[in-house]
Amino acid sequence: MGTGTGGDDSLYPIAVLIDELRNEDVQLRLNSIKKLSTIALALGVERTRTELLPFLTDTIYDEDEVLLALAEQLGSFTVLVGGPEFVHCLLPPLESLATVEETVVRDKAVESLRKISQEHSPVDLEVHFVPLVKRLASGDWFTSRTSACGLFGVCYPRVSSTVKAEIRQHFRTLCSDDTPMVRRAASSKLGEFAKVLELDYVKSDIIPLFTALASDEQDSVRLLAVEAGVSIAALLPQEDLEDLVMPTLRQAAEDKSWRVRYMVADKFSELQKAVGPEITKNDLVPAFQNLLKDCEAEVRTAAANKVKGEVLPEDSRETIIMTHILPCVKELVSDTNQHVKSALASVIMGLSTILGKDNTVEHLLPLFLVQLKDEYPEVRLNIISNLDCVNEVIGIRQLSQSLLPAIVELAEDAKWRVRLAIIEYMPLLAGQLGVEFFDEKLNSLCMAWLIDHVYAIREAATCNLMKLVEKFGAEWAQNTIVPKVLGMANDSNYLHRMTTLFCINALSEVCGQEITTKHMLPVVLKMSTDQVANVRFNVARCLQKIGPVLDSSALQAEVKPVLEKLATDQDMDVKYFALEAISGMYLFNLPTYIFSETFSFSSILFFFFSFSLSP
Amino acid sequence: METPTKLPPSSPSSPTTGFSVPSAEKVDGFPRRSMRRARQRRSHSSSQFRYQSSQVELTPLPLLKDAPVAELHDLFCKKLQQCCVLFDFLDCVADLKGKEIKRAALNELVESVATSRGVLIEPLYPEAIKMISVNIFRTLPPSENPEFDPEEDEPALEASWPHLQLVYEFFLRFLESPDFQPSLAKRYVDQKFVLQLLELFDSEDPREREYLKTILHRVYGKLLGLRAYIRKQINNIFLRFIYETERFNGVAELLEILGSIINGFALPLKSEHKQFLVRVLIPLHTAKSLSIFHAQLAYCVVQFMEKDATVTEHIIRGLLRYWPKTCTQKEVMFLGEIEEILDVIEPSQFIRVQEPLFKQIAACISSPHFQVAERALYFWNNEYILSLIEENCQVILPLVFGTLYRVSKEHWNQTIISLIYNVLKTFMEMNSKLFDDLTASYKVEKQNSNIIEIKIYKKTTTTTK
Repeated sequence: MGTGTGGDDSLYPIAVLIDELRNEDVQLRLNSIKKLSTIALALGVERTRTELLPFLTDTIYDEDEVLLALAEQLGSFTVLVGGPEFVHCLLPPLESLATVEETVVRDKAVESLRKISQEHSPVDLEVHFVPLVKRLASGDWFTSRTSACGLFGVCYPRVSSTVKAEIRQHFRTLCSDDTPMVRRAASSKLGEFAKVLELDYVKSDIIPLFTALASDEQDSVRLLAVEAGVSIAALLPQEDLEDLVMPTLRQAAEDKSWRVRYMVADKFSELQKAVGPEITKNDLVPAFQNLLKDCEAEVRTAAANKVKGEVLPEDSRETIIMTHILPCVKELVSDTNQHVKSALASVIMGLSTILGKDNTVEHLLPLFLVQLKDEYPEVRLNIISNLDCVNEVIGIRQLSQSLLPAIVELAEDAKWRVRLAIIEYMPLLAGQLGVEFFDEKLNSLCMAWLIDHVYAIREAATCNLMKLVEKFGAEWAQNTIVPKVLGMANDSNYLHRMTTLFCINALSEVCGQEITTKHMLPVVLKMSTDQVANVRFNVARCLQKIGPVLDSSALQAEVKPVLEKLATDQDMDVKYFALEAISGMYLFNLPTYIFSETFSFSSILFFFFSFSLSP
Repeated sequence: METPTKLPPSSPSSPTTGFSVPSAEKVDGFPRRSMRRARQRRSHSSSQFRYQSSQVELTPLPLLKDAPVAELHDLFCKKLQQCCVLFDFLDCVADLKGKEIKRAALNELVESVATSRGVLIEPLYPEAIKMISVNIFRTLPPSENPEFDPEEDEPALEASWPHLQLVYEFFLRFLESPDFQPSLAKRYVDQKFVLQLLELFDSEDPREREYLKTILHRVYGKLLGLRAYIRKQINNIFLRFIYETERFNGVAELLEILGSIINGFALPLKSEHKQFLVRVLIPLHTAKSLSIFHAQLAYCVVQFMEKDATVTEHIIRGLLRYWPKTCTQKEVMFLGEIEEILDVIEPSQFIRVQEPLFKQIAACISSPHFQVAERALYFWNNEYILSLIEENCQVILPLVFGTLYRVSKEHWNQTIISLIYNVLKTFMEMNSKLFDDLTASYKVEKQNSNIIEIKIYKKTTTTTK
């Protein structure tokens, strides 16, 4: 748009954009569609309504990508067609978009329709919007009917009771549609629709639909009904739940398809909240026990995630978990499927806060220990990552004996992602285990990671050191880790020498000026003569990084000469980073030749950019 | 890539994609993807077993062949009932005796239905269908491997196959028996039955899908009342596959059946069938896993064209609309399909699509991926296509000339360059006048654009000073 020079030419770019809407190149059409609001703004509301929108409605047979952008744009077009009074002009193009095959386009069109439905006046809603919904609901092809399912909920609350009755009728029809795609859409919107209905109609209309969808012949429809069941249960008074929803939900928990049972397990927390503590205690707990013992690992995994049972009534929560849930949990600890165990490991520690100290020591601790020795690293990691919960209840010391071998083993795992994960828990562990334990057992691990053969591990290890110093203080750093880090500067492997520099980058700030100037700086300066260019330019970067920590005399006397020397290095990259460090640290007073060189470089850059921006 | 014009041989039982895995893991700690998976591979359980409340002890019954004629049907029925008992195959040593009794009974049933006449009497139909339903209908277990890639990974095999295979075999023999009476069967093999049968096509086990394919084909052939319903449900499965899940293991098998169904369509084509072509078959080309069922899909598409040439334009424009933008492997498949289509296209239809089509072909020729360019250039080796090009040289040559000329100077791959020279030579022989005109105008154009480039270059260099 940079070409517009204002005044008389201001419509010219618009003409270009409109022209591009017809271009053969998809990318150009896409760009143009994305600037549709600009076009509309330039055309004015009148011409947008009479020219642009009909044009868009006609050109609806385009690439899905263009249609998606169009559907999205039209959702915020109300102002551009003249405000709420004219918002119905947007309906024809969106209606066509809502019948397109491609799901993302259709969903976006429905989203935009839902958005602009709110901008319709109640009268316009009945005159323009509702007829559109009805047309979609009785369309030939399944696409329009699926789209309709998402629109009932937004217009229902704002229309007269006769229209309401019609809408309910349409929704009923779609719930028993011939095509499973439509029934799936209806099933997924059932909960939302129920929320806007009057309670009597929820009982008389929604419940039968819910029951029917929950026993559909296709499991993909049934599983969506489970979710609707949660919303519906939340709407009904407690005394109706038992008769109206519970039979269906009970049946879903024992469905012959594992997908439906999985859904019940997955939505279990929401379900408990919706039906309240009493039904949970009497009804859901036995169902939950079955889900924990399900024959499909997928279902057990989903159920294992919910063992904490947040919604159980306070007074009986502990007993229920102890008598009903814990026996199942004990079995899951030695499940054959790693995902089940891994899911369990991520929540099992949370049980300790509910069960209290004695129960934790007696019942949970043995389970933690088993999981800490599990053959799958994910399981062990999940236990370690949640140590803080246990720490609050029984203190971590109880575990440290078993913890250590587990940590050591993970630290040396063959998969670097596992090593990476355990590194990230190190600061947490260090904090909970204390400095003594750390120095004795874990320090050497942290140092070993610095020379790992995977860069990501070395990088994480440096970051880890920084966090440890934040925890244990600069003095600890000077005594334990700084000497070791600096020692690596003489290593024969240049990657290890670079690690020293990276560590200094990370540590200088937390260690403070004294340690940095006295211990680190000399090492860095010495490395400026390294025979490997990568080390040298990292020296330049390192100096720039630690510059702010140093005082100005050190900068002028020691850093500046070294950088100036590096700026004349024969290697291009070393030169570049040295110059960057010099200019970044405002160490001016540079030799003129350097100055002219940087100037020409930046001027080339400048012209390059200005050229590439002009069309 | 080859373009099979016939259906590929249908023996999926021996997966040939076996991978050899280096034993040592790589230094970086990454095991190869396939290796990681291979380790986890084991055979599948099916959820069905848990619904057997208490295990029934089976006792062997007398052999069918020894039974007196009067008791034969009664014994047959008892054997069918015996075969309704399900066994746990994940525990391979559990109840070996019972498994063996059932296996023997199934074998006998299969043999009896296949060889002797007059066995299939009316009262046996419900019993037989019940036995089949109890054994085969089950919710398929979740995939062991959430990102199962049918091309690279070994499929999970059904653990209870030793029994399941015999049940399928029995069902097949039952349907193929000369005594089979559709009028009796249709009471039991109903819509609900067919729907469950179709859902089984999602099985990861290729042996099971192979049986299902043959069986569904027989059902479609014999039970006329179910035909429309079967087509509609296949439609739904495909639409769900395309627009919702992108996962369904049996697409190739269903397409294979459809290939022969389309073959039998009456003319003129009903609008329902055309709609199926335009709204289901063509969009199937967008699937990520196209390579698995492309041969069958292309066969269906060509079948449609052979039935009714007027659908040609829909097909070609549809393919152009969904032309792959980033996946060269799919692009090669599309080109293969286009060639199959051009092989049988009517000249009058060709004229209607030649412009957009050859723009796309030109774009393929200039693809930096040499397999794409090569596949497109192979069109000129096809005599029928060549004759079509020759007839419409005036339109086609100007569309592709610029690309051919440019790519012949620029392409990195020698094979492509020599193929292009051949194509240019062919064009020269076809219409030397047009060829010379185009060469001349191309050169002028090229010079002009050079001048413009130089101007721009000068302009920028002067401003930078």
